[in-house]
Amino acid sequence: MLVWFCRMKQYSLTLSAFLFFVLVVGLSWAGTLSSYIQLVLMFVGVNIMMSSSLNLVNGYMGEFSCGHAGFMAVGAYAASLVTVWCFTAESVFGPNLLPPAWAVVLFPFILLFGGVIAALAGLLVAIPSFRTRGDYLAIITLAVNYIVKSAIENIQPIGGARGFMGMARVVNGMKEVADIPWMMIWTWAFVFLTVLLIKRFVSSTYGKGIIAIREDEIAAEIMGVNTRRAKMVAFMLSSGLAGLAGGLFAHILGYINPGSFGIMKSTEALVMVYLGGMGSLSGSVLSAVLFTLLLEILRPLQLYKWVVVPFILILLMLFRTEGLLGHRELTDVFPILKRIFGSREEVHAAF
Amino acid sequence: MPLFEVRALTHFFGGLRAVSDFNLTFDGGELTGLIGPNGAGKTTVFNLVCGVYHPTHGEVRIDGRSLGRLYPHQVTAMGIARTFQNIRLWPEMTVLDNIRVCHNYKLGYGFLDTIFQTSRYHTAEKGIGRRAREVLEIMGLRDHAEELAKNLPYGLQRKVEIARALILRPKLLLLDEPSAGMNLGEKEALIGLIRWIRKEFNLTIWLIEHEMRVVMNLCERIQVLDFGQTIAEGTPEEIQGNPRVVEAYLGKEVG
Repeated sequence: MLVWFCRMKQYSLTLSAFLFFVLVVGLSWAGTLSSYIQLVLMFVGVNIMMSSSLNLVNGYMGEFSCGHAGFMAVGAYAASLVTVWCFTAESVFGPNLLPPAWAVVLFPFILLFGGVIAALAGLLVAIPSFRTRGDYLAIITLAVNYIVKSAIENIQPIGGARGFMGMARVVNGMKEVADIPWMMIWTWAFVFLTVLLIKRFVSSTYGKGIIAIREDEIAAEIMGVNTRRAKMVAFMLSSGLAGLAGGLFAHILGYINPGSFGIMKSTEALVMVYLGGMGSLSGSVLSAVLFTLLLEILRPLQLYKWVVVPFILILLMLFRTEGLLGHRELTDVFPILKRIFGSREEVHAAF
Repeated sequence: MPLFEVRALTHFFGGLRAVSDFNLTFDGGELTGLIGPNGAGKTTVFNLVCGVYHPTHGEVRIDGRSLGRLYPHQVTAMGIARTFQNIRLWPEMTVLDNIRVCHNYKLGYGFLDTIFQTSRYHTAEKGIGRRAREVLEIMGLRDHAEELAKNLPYGLQRKVEIARALILRPKLLLLDEPSAGMNLGEKEALIGLIRWIRKEFNLTIWLIEHEMRVVMNLCERIQVLDFGQTIAEGTPEEIQGNPRVVEAYLGKEVG
């Protein structure tokens, strides 16, 4: 019995995540959740992906990237262009390439494609940034954010500054096959994928190399870590996941314009990382949830929202510099969670 | 073929000649010291050997292979490990992780294995974990495996640094002032420890040291650097009596 319980314990986190997933999708499908609540829930998901992926570079690796929205834009446009090109009729690309119903199967792969393109963009940034650290990398990524935004604004065939639309028709095409909340399903599926990927990466000896880079880069290099490759991999993973988030964001809204991927969006991602605690994955998830909900709750305040939210941040930085969780995970702060959601290593160690 | 060879190593920082025409040969199993006054270029020699700097002239060879312009992690993979003058552990990581991360030199799996957690990943990680625990056990650090490195007392941090170097399975171990900041008792223990790991791991050890008691006690041969030049070389007794060494440390007698 005890053995069985211990064996089940390692799946309790997966199981809770799955229950949450079923609950959210089920309630959306049944119509219990209003479309506004559904939208907020999906934005929570996108923000979790943004903050946890940025945490990989800013928290775990200790660099300072502040152009995360640039990679989100790359992923958003790459995925949207492909879906609109393939599945909608009266777009800039002419008739649809494939039957709209195929979107049901191909959509996740197109999202992944968007992520890959964003990862390649990340690689382009990572290579010249090898020689710089700290402030300099911050400036480079800031510049990249502007470059991406201005480039898209000036490419007229994809709408330029007016933005790009047609993704709503792609989603409608999926709805015609089966009337279920598709975007809710894909969003949360990719959220779990993102968190799982980052968790696996940072708990491997390979991924711990990037934490060593944060702690002491020269020591890491001399003690056998290929710091160039590690930085490159971490940066690509981070920007690729941001690209995935971008693709989802585009299809949730059905419309994107370069303005929504400006420095403001990057700042939001930064805020969520520092709010949750650098190098804490559960902190990033928690802070993305809190931050998104907070912004929605304060919506009645209208413009004053942007007074209240920064003020809360100032208070946080004054009284809790390390963020809500610091370097720790939720399981370290509340040991009871560890008993419920025991980690796999512990279970292995127990036998 | 010698295990390790440094030939005519010369390095400039801008116009300053930090190391000039440095030569050294190890056949394997030696325990050699490198001493000299502050700023003599000792740590620079270590940094040149490790690939942190690339020498202006000269060559470093291990097992007959030239290190050329390799990156430090590649030099490490060829069998040279070191510790640092000022402890450079990764403070916010546990002692066990400090040791594990060093295994990046020979990982046995790639990025995709990590995210798909293939059987190759599990096998490799298990091996790394086992070896890390073995090294901790040998160094008497088993009880501290889960502690953050920054929370350990100074002497133990030094031990973790040595443990970290040992998991790299080096042929040559460089110790940069291992006894810095230690009290008398800790220094005695350190001498014992260095002798023991040398025998246990069949290592060649090359150390920089300021503390004469440690150097004279441990080393079979000593080289003395001053202003980047090798001014003396020999057994501890020869070095102690060498007037040039005395002059470099204490200055010339007046009159």
